[in-house]
Amino acid sequence: MTAVLEISGLRKTYRSRKGVRNALDGFDMVVEAGQVHGFLGPNGSGKTTTLRTLLGLIKPNDGRMAILGREVPRHLPEVAREVGAIVESPQFFGNFTAEATLSLLADAGGVNRNRVYSVLDLVGLRDRAKERVKTYSLGMKQRLAVASALLKEPKLLILDEPANGLDPGGIREMRTLMRDLSDSGMTVLLSSHILGEIQLICDSVTIISAGRRVTSGSVSSVLAQHTSGAVKVRLEPGVDLMSAAQLLRAAGAQVDMAADHFTVGNASNPAQITKLLADRQIYVTELTPVAADLEDVFLELTGTAPVEGHTRQVDESALTAGQSKGGWGQ
Amino acid sequence: MSLARAESRRLIKRRFTKVLLIGLLLVLAAVFAGSWFTSEKVGPSQIAAAKAEADGYYQEALRTAATDKQQCLAAAGTPQAANWPANCDELYTPTREDYDYRWYMPATFDLREDFRNMISVFAVVLAAVAFLIGASFVGAEWNSGGMMNLLLWRPQRTRVLGTKLIVFLSWLVGVSVLLGAVWAGLFRVLAEARGTTDKMTSGVWQSFGLMGLRGLGLIVAAGALGFALASLGRHTGMALGALVALGAVQIGVYVMAGLAGFKYPDLLFTPFWIFAVLYKEWVATDYTSCDYSSVAGCRPDTFTMTWQAGSIGVAAVAVLVVAAALWTMRKRDIT
Repeated sequence: MTAVLEISGLRKTYRSRKGVRNALDGFDMVVEAGQVHGFLGPNGSGKTTTLRTLLGLIKPNDGRMAILGREVPRHLPEVAREVGAIVESPQFFGNFTAEATLSLLADAGGVNRNRVYSVLDLVGLRDRAKERVKTYSLGMKQRLAVASALLKEPKLLILDEPANGLDPGGIREMRTLMRDLSDSGMTVLLSSHILGEIQLICDSVTIISAGRRVTSGSVSSVLAQHTSGAVKVRLEPGVDLMSAAQLLRAAGAQVDMAADHFTVGNASNPAQITKLLADRQIYVTELTPVAADLEDVFLELTGTAPVEGHTRQVDESALTAGQSKGGWGQ
Repeated sequence: MSLARAESRRLIKRRFTKVLLIGLLLVLAAVFAGSWFTSEKVGPSQIAAAKAEADGYYQEALRTAATDKQQCLAAAGTPQAANWPANCDELYTPTREDYDYRWYMPATFDLREDFRNMISVFAVVLAAVAFLIGASFVGAEWNSGGMMNLLLWRPQRTRVLGTKLIVFLSWLVGVSVLLGAVWAGLFRVLAEARGTTDKMTSGVWQSFGLMGLRGLGLIVAAGALGFALASLGRHTGMALGALVALGAVQIGVYVMAGLAGFKYPDLLFTPFWIFAVLYKEWVATDYTSCDYSSVAGCRPDTFTMTWQAGSIGVAAVAVLVVAAALWTMRKRDIT
């Protein structure tokens, strides 16, 4: 596969009277052609700075970026025609209609104005095209933003929080649209906090924290790398769960009790569980791995899981890439 | 070319542009209507009426003078004599020249004499509108996020801002020339219908044309200044704020220069530059230098600011601010 987007060693430093803040601290990312790539990170981690830098709105201090094989920002004017983007919240001049907004952009970008109605149709705004943008809800503005990004028929579509403000139906429509665009050969870079959506839509992800990449790869490989190793254990009816749990704890297992089952948290070799219990004539009826989802991985990697009694500040996140956990039973 | 076309459409589509243009037309229409209704064609009957009125005032003044002389003579040798001169013949006797009939003529619009002021009114009103439209055209784009959107489509910052400015100034020149021609035509009609076009030679028209060109320069400079200030501040309000601040600084500098003994504080006050541009010169006077003499009278020192000097000052300010706006557009992050 060819890389549509490559970023390496990207740095952006903001200096103010309060000191120096590294918004991007050697960030790397690669997005392969034809993929829907999720770009995740906590608030203030550098996602929007990365996208703005990539699109020439912010000047980096260091690093290399390339879109469609061409170095940017040097060649950005040439590749801009191939890149559709929305960055952060949709921003339009409120007194213009959606149709006027898009036709002005089409004129500015040298795109045929006939495409305006087809993209408005694509995002479900055709019937409201003649209304002023200031009368639109946030979700409708979001749809208009996506329409503006699609107007150029781009090869690379960069969307920052496209589902922001959308109703559940709209989120599902957006998901379908992303998949359809990807199937048509378009590469989509999707920044979002709706991790369930990312897991459903995306082929691959990059997670950023404190301006650095903490993990990247296909969704399945990222989940596999950060799987919890926990298994859920259910026993024959009538067996004393507590004594079975004690038995495993004595062997070093981390056991969490539930009403009708227990979970072994560090079961890197589940066969040990069945062996230990079977030796005492305790038989297992269910032994299933507890799958980690993207939210778990995200919270673990970025160190942003809520802690009781502690209010996390936006700049509090962690760099935990590459940490491996040992497991019981290996 | 496509960017210029898009920007032209954007400028004309903007409601603020339309509202200000309508406001401009209303102000100009009010000025014209005021001139129309206060001007009256002067003919033999108006001259006769003016002469009769002047003569009436003259006769009344003569009667008053005669009464005064009688009272003066009657007061001789009484305590009232202190209120009158010792020699009652010294009392002033009015002459007919003191009551020139032309002073009693109805107001009439003299195209040759009065149209210059109308060119100034036109230029100043249009310059104010140009400043506001220029500031709003780019300020609203920054404020609404439209500029960022545009830069995602055309990531060439200087070109985008420069195209916007050129499109706006071209439109401004077009509108000013068109309205200026209509303005001149209207006042010619007014002069013919309710005033006078006496002594109008091709040289006078040429002089009006040159004054109009200098006014056009002011309008363009004001538009560019509004545009550039709003772009620097990335908000329409910043241009207005900067204008108010500059006005305050100007007054402060003018007052301080006077207090500090600067010979011609007028030279530091930009409204006088504008006056010089429009009326070809501004004579700054140093009244403190006036050494009164009963022989030579009071002749204070003066300094004449020419329209060329005023134009260079106005152009330098506009060019500097526009250059700063283009430089910051190129250098500053867009967040």
